[in-house]
Amino acid sequence: MCLAIPGKILSINALDDTFRTGKVSFGGIQKEVNLCMVPDVVIGDYVLVHVGVAIGKVDEEEANKVFNYLKDMGEVAELVESKEEKIY
Amino acid sequence: MPQNSRVQLQCPMPKFDFDVITLGHGSGGLLTHRLLKSGVFDILKNDVLDQQHDGAVVEMHGKMAFSTDSYVISPIFFPGGNIGDLAVNGTVNDLTMCGAIPQYLSLAFIIEEGFEMKAFWEILVSIKNAATIAGVSIVTGDTKVVEKGKGDKIYINTSGVGLVHPKALIHHNNIEVGDQIIVSGNIASHGMAIMSLREGLEFETNIISDTVSLKSTVIKLIETFGSDIHFMRDPTRGGVASVLNEIAELTQLGFYLEHKSLPIDEQVDAACEMLGLDPLYVANEGLFLAVVKKEIAQPFLTALQNDPIGKNAAIIGEVTNDNKGKVIMKSSIGGKRMVTYLTGEQLPRIC
Amino acid sequence: MKYLNEYRDPALVEDFIKEIHRITTKPWTLMEICGGQTHSLVKNGILEMLPTNITMVHGPGCPVCVTSISVIDEAIFLAEQPNIILCSFGDMLRVPGSKISLLEAKAKGADIRILYSPLEAVQLAKQNPNKQVVFFAVGFETTAPANALSVVHADRLKLNNYSILASHVLVPPAMEAILSDKDNLIDAFLAAGHVCTIMGMEEYYPVAEKYHCPIVVTGFEPVDLLQGILMAVQQLEKGEYKVENQYIRYVQREGNAVAQKTIQQVFEVGDRIWRGIGNIPQSGYEVNDRYKEFNARLKFQINIPLAAENTACISGDIMKGLKKPKQCPHFGTKCKPEHPLGAPMVSSEGSCAAYYHYAQADVESII
Repeated sequence: MCLAIPGKILSINALDDTFRTGKVSFGGIQKEVNLCMVPDVVIGDYVLVHVGVAIGKVDEEEANKVFNYLKDMGEVAELVESKEEKIY
Repeated sequence: MPQNSRVQLQCPMPKFDFDVITLGHGSGGLLTHRLLKSGVFDILKNDVLDQQHDGAVVEMHGKMAFSTDSYVISPIFFPGGNIGDLAVNGTVNDLTMCGAIPQYLSLAFIIEEGFEMKAFWEILVSIKNAATIAGVSIVTGDTKVVEKGKGDKIYINTSGVGLVHPKALIHHNNIEVGDQIIVSGNIASHGMAIMSLREGLEFETNIISDTVSLKSTVIKLIETFGSDIHFMRDPTRGGVASVLNEIAELTQLGFYLEHKSLPIDEQVDAACEMLGLDPLYVANEGLFLAVVKKEIAQPFLTALQNDPIGKNAAIIGEVTNDNKGKVIMKSSIGGKRMVTYLTGEQLPRIC
Repeated sequence: MKYLNEYRDPALVEDFIKEIHRITTKPWTLMEICGGQTHSLVKNGILEMLPTNITMVHGPGCPVCVTSISVIDEAIFLAEQPNIILCSFGDMLRVPGSKISLLEAKAKGADIRILYSPLEAVQLAKQNPNKQVVFFAVGFETTAPANALSVVHADRLKLNNYSILASHVLVPPAMEAILSDKDNLIDAFLAAGHVCTIMGMEEYYPVAEKYHCPIVVTGFEPVDLLQGILMAVQQLEKGEYKVENQYIRYVQREGNAVAQKTIQQVFEVGDRIWRGIGNIPQSGYEVNDRYKEFNARLKFQINIPLAAENTACISGDIMKGLKKPKQCPHFGTKCKPEHPLGAPMVSSEGSCAAYYHYAQADVESII
């Protein structure tokens, strides 16, 4: 459950806290999304949107880590192996 | 409708004595006479209609295809067209899918009392446009008016006839193992164009309906490839998945698709993601599926891609001996799943 | 689409699959909590790519499936009132109540509208001052902030014609109910990534500790699911039982504070009946006292008799992971999507419907 997709903030409507909205683009389609739960976002940020409400912001650095996960694991394994070799 | 096929009719709306259609206009009496004489139907004038018989008298010699369809869509105006476009193109395309050259159409309206003349006029202009582009004549028709609440603004029925092209041999019985499945363009555009206006689900987009006449494109293909085109169908309600499931069940052959080959507009794809809809089940209008002999698949595709309505055409799969009677799809990451019949209307989800 | 398609990269998927195959030496049973995760696993054909000694069991993470029959009946009752517009997410419309579904009620003339967001229901109430608008507020913790926000908005706009019929369910109590069952088979959980985006991860540490069960907060795309499965199996193979976070691009340990505050502002925790499972204490949200005018149950004094579940449906066993859909005697025969006996066959996130729609191809190898 919890169908939520990432979209890019194109504009922010500077209304008060709970009514703060922004225009968000999902691959070109645009929808007005409530932004009150992501108070720190600015135009250009990517937010995770569920039923018309942004529930989180994409952490761009963390977003890329998965692509290196296996490689990093492999490097760690090699490091451990080479340490073990030295011991022997 | 694609821009390059839109005929710009210079058609100012005639002056009418009335702004809305009333029950009296359909009663068969004076008001009906006034509606007919108002000039609103003049836009559809042709020699056959002008005979003013109860029915159209035309001459046709040869094997004939005959099709009917009713159009009840809401909203009646949507990005890329209106119910009038659908009413003409829909029946033209059904005939074309039988391998016929659509020639004559009937046109019947059921109008809800209170429907605005301005809207009716716009629909008639679209009907005229679509018929002109498709090269068909509307030769007989009918108009009824129902009480408010007994209709949904306007319903249209069109029926059509056309002679079957001598080279066409289109029937699911002709489908063989090895045949290639081709789709003529981006899928799911029409359904998502409608969805973008739907109350409670609306979104801003450039998606437009793909409604268009397939007649000239398909006749050219039949001319070139003849009976090597084994089967064709336009995947309207229920989408590509429904057509493929129907023929899989009828032929008891296996239909294998590759997700990565499905052509889809970026915004249509995004809208489906947002609402949790599967584009394979979303309605299309000016799109067709063809199942063709393997040897001609590539030249067929190239010919289609060189046609204005076919530039996004693609080979999306093939007919196999495995999983008989089923439609199987290889996902974009390589795993396989079944594509079943849809149970009822596809609904947006939060889950 | 950015931050979506990259996690569907076939090459990366292949690498993860290879690594999972390489490290799996024993049979393990994993449960993915969330219906959206089930949907993704089955739709992408991931199940058949995993090693045969990894069994994925589909948990009760489908709010549609676990909404009790009586709550559906309550919604239908409201929808049938002449002055009420009932608004709902699309998923709920086909779920059978004790007699009919919302879709059937709509066909009979009830004013039922499908909306994408509860905030749109508030707008509908504003535009229709002479009607009562009720939003059918289902969902896990992910949807609770939006439903709560709709009440806050209605309150701020001083609307007296808006209310919600709340049927929220919470994940950690459900996990405990599964783990504490004497027949429990689950070795590790993939926790629901979007639930944790809201609630954070704190609630899972005591569960992992108590039941010695690895819990990996996981996303929904193929790469997310495979990385989550890999991380869980890595722990199992080493005998570890930690709480880990795969969905690091959205989930932080503390979750989303504003969202949690909004939930607490409007809701209070209470007992909830889960369809097919029964009552799980402190496992749901109800509208609290402060916002009681927005609680449709109180406002319309709904008094529907508790309906009995269809005894033929084994949805409880399915959702707890004790049985597979194919083990149900009615699967595919008396019970199909067009005439479901119970909820898991209705929603495409329900285990039974997911298997029915997607997995019949290589049924033996998948199930």
